[in-house]
Amino acid sequence: MSERIDLPEVEWRRVSPRYVVVDVVGYIVFGLIVTAVPSGIAFATGLDWLWFVAAGLALVFLITIVLTPRRVRAIGYQLRDDDVLFRRGILYQRFVAVPYGRMQLVDINRGPLARALGLSELKFVTAAAATGVVIPGLAEADAEELRDRLVALAESRRAGL
Amino acid sequence: MNPAPSQTFTDGEWHHLHPLTPLLRGGIAFIAILGFVVYNLRDIGIEMIVGGGDGGQPDPLVWLYESEFFWLAVLGVFVGLIVVIVGYYLSWRMNTFRITDEVVEVRSGILFRRNRKGRLDRIQGINIGRPFFARLFGAARLEVNVAGQDANIKLDYLASGAADQLRVDILRLASGTRVAKAVVDLEADAGGPPVARSAAASQLIEARMNKFLAPELDPNLAPPESVVTMNIGRLIGSLLLSGFSIFVLAFIGGIIWGVTATGSLIFLVGLLPALIGTSSYYISRFTRSLRYSIAGTPDGVRIGFGLLSTSNETLPPGRIHSVQVNQPLLWRRAGWWEVKVNRASTSSAKGAAGQQNTTILPVGNLEDVQKVLALVLPDLTDEASAALLHSGLTSKGGDDGFTNSPRRSRVYLWFSWRRNGFALLPGAVLLRQGVIWRQLTIVPQARMQSVALHQGPVFRRLRLASVKLHTVAGPIVPSLGALDSVQAVGFFREIADAAIRSSSTDTSHRWRSGEAPA
Repeated sequence: MSERIDLPEVEWRRVSPRYVVVDVVGYIVFGLIVTAVPSGIAFATGLDWLWFVAAGLALVFLITIVLTPRRVRAIGYQLRDDDVLFRRGILYQRFVAVPYGRMQLVDINRGPLARALGLSELKFVTAAAATGVVIPGLAEADAEELRDRLVALAESRRAGL
Repeated sequence: MNPAPSQTFTDGEWHHLHPLTPLLRGGIAFIAILGFVVYNLRDIGIEMIVGGGDGGQPDPLVWLYESEFFWLAVLGVFVGLIVVIVGYYLSWRMNTFRITDEVVEVRSGILFRRNRKGRLDRIQGINIGRPFFARLFGAARLEVNVAGQDANIKLDYLASGAADQLRVDILRLASGTRVAKAVVDLEADAGGPPVARSAAASQLIEARMNKFLAPELDPNLAPPESVVTMNIGRLIGSLLLSGFSIFVLAFIGGIIWGVTATGSLIFLVGLLPALIGTSSYYISRFTRSLRYSIAGTPDGVRIGFGLLSTSNETLPPGRIHSVQVNQPLLWRRAGWWEVKVNRASTSSAKGAAGQQNTTILPVGNLEDVQKVLALVLPDLTDEASAALLHSGLTSKGGDDGFTNSPRRSRVYLWFSWRRNGFALLPGAVLLRQGVIWRQLTIVPQARMQSVALHQGPVFRRLRLASVKLHTVAGPIVPSLGALDSVQAVGFFREIADAAIRSSSTDTSHRWRSGEAPA
C-alpha cells in the first residue's frame, strides 16, 4: 500500500482522541436501531433468513466501530499561509485545500455527547456547496480560537466571489 | 406619460416604474377578460337595436341583462372595477426603486411591505426582457441578478429606452470606475434619438415600429468582430440532431411496430398529442434561438435572443465561474459545439431555446466557439492559449500540451484514457474529457472556491487519483478522474497555489477600477 496519495511536506494537526468516543457511541446507537428493525420483524413473523440480514448489518457496524480510532487518526488539518488544508479517510482518501479568501462563514457545532466531552465541530462554508470541510473533535477553546483566527484571516484576504 | 429619455434613475432618489406596469403584468389575462366582455356586450348591443332575436343559447351576460339583478350586477362590476383600479394604482404608487452609488433598492407591497437591497459590487448579471405584449407598448423588464438563489431585483416594467440606459448606468457604478460619465453619454446615443414629448401620434407609432423591427443587437453597442450570431441552417440541424429527436424516432418506430404487429389501429391514438407536443417543442426552441447573438461590450458579455419576446443579458467580467464546451456524438460530423457556464446567480429568465440561461451558445461551429471563449475568458486570447484550447477541443490525445491519464487507466476509461487530461494556463485550468462525447472544461483560477483530491480503493490499486475543482453550483461539475496519482498530487498542489495567487491579484469583479480618472 505504498501508493497512498500523501502530501509529505505537510505536518498535520490531528483532532482530539476523545472524538473516538463520540463517533463510537454514535455508531453504536445507529447500529442498534438499524439491526433492531430486521431482528424485530424476524422475531414477529418467524422469517428465519431475516436473522442473517440482521447479523450481516451487525457485523458491518462492528467493523466500522473497530476501525473508528484509525479513521479519527486519519483526520488532519493544517493552516498554511494562505489556505486551510484538510484530509480525512483511510479507504477513501480526501484532501481539500480552501483559500482563506474564499471562506464565506465558519460554523461551530456541538452535539450533546461532544459537548459533554468538551468538543466542538468546525465547518467551513464557501460559495461552492461541494467544498464540505468539517473538522470534528476540536477542544472547545481551540475551536473558538481557530474560528476567530480564520475569520480574521478571511477578512484580510477577502476577494470577490 | 413618457419619461424623457434623458432622465437619470441613478441619482439616489426614489423613482416609480412605468405607469402601464399593472396592465403589462396582468398581460394576456386582462385582454382575455376584456375580449369576453366586449364579445358579449356586442350581442346585447345587437339585441337592443334589432330587438328580439331569441333562439340559440343565452350567453351569461345576455341572461344577466334579462334578469332583474341587472342593475345590481352593473353596480357590482362598477365597484369591483374601482377597487381593482385603486388597488393597481396603489401598488404602482407604492412600488418604488432607487439606485445609489452602493446599492439597488426596491420597495413594494401595499399591506405587506417588502424592501430588497442589492449591493452593486455583487451584481452577477443584468437581464432586460421584453415580452411580446410589453414590446408593443415600448416597455421592458429589467432584472438585476445578485449571487444566490432567488436573489433577483426586478424592475418591471420600465420604458424601453430607460431600461437600456439604466443598465449602462448600473454597470458603470458596479465597475468601480472613477471615470465620470463620459463613457455613458457615448452609449446613451445608441438608444436612439429621444422622442420629444410633443411628438405627433403618428411619429410616436413610427418610432415604436422602428424600435420593434430594429435588429436585436444595437450595432453601435459592440464591435462587429466580437459578435457571434446564429446560423439558421445550423440551428435547424442541431434541433434535428438532438437526443430528443432520437426519442421521437424511437416513439414513432414503436407505434409503427405496434400497428403492424397487432394489426389494430389503437396505437395511433397516442400519435396526435405526441405530434402536437413535439412540434410545439421544436417551434418554440427554434423561434427563441432565431435571433440569438452574443457580443462583447465594454461592460461584459451580452447575450440576446428571441423573435417576438426578446431578452438580453449582460454578464459583467469576472462573473463566470467555469466554462464547458461540449460536443455530443451526433454533432461530431457537422463539427458543432455547445457552450455552458456556471454562474453564481439564478435568473428567472430562461436562456435561448428555453434552456437554462447557463447555456450561452446553443450551437456553433469551432470558429464561433473560439469567439465565444475569447469573450468570456478575455485573458486566454494569446496564441499559445488559443492553440491549447484548440487541442483541448479536437485533439485525440497524446503529447499535445495536456497531461493525460496513464495507459493503465484504460481499465477504467475504456476509450478516452488518451484524451482524459489537464493543462494549466496562466489564470485558468483546463480539464479535457471524453472521446465519444467530447468535453473541455475551463475554470478561471480566480473563481475557484476550493480544490479536492480523492482516492478510493480501486484507484489505489491502479495508482490513480481524481481531482475536483469546487465552483459555485451550476450545470458544470469540474472534475477529472483516473490521473496518475503522483501527477494528481502535483496538480493538486499547483492549482491550490494558483487559486490563492489569482484570487489575491484578481480585480475583474471591479473591472474598471484600474482606469485612470479622466
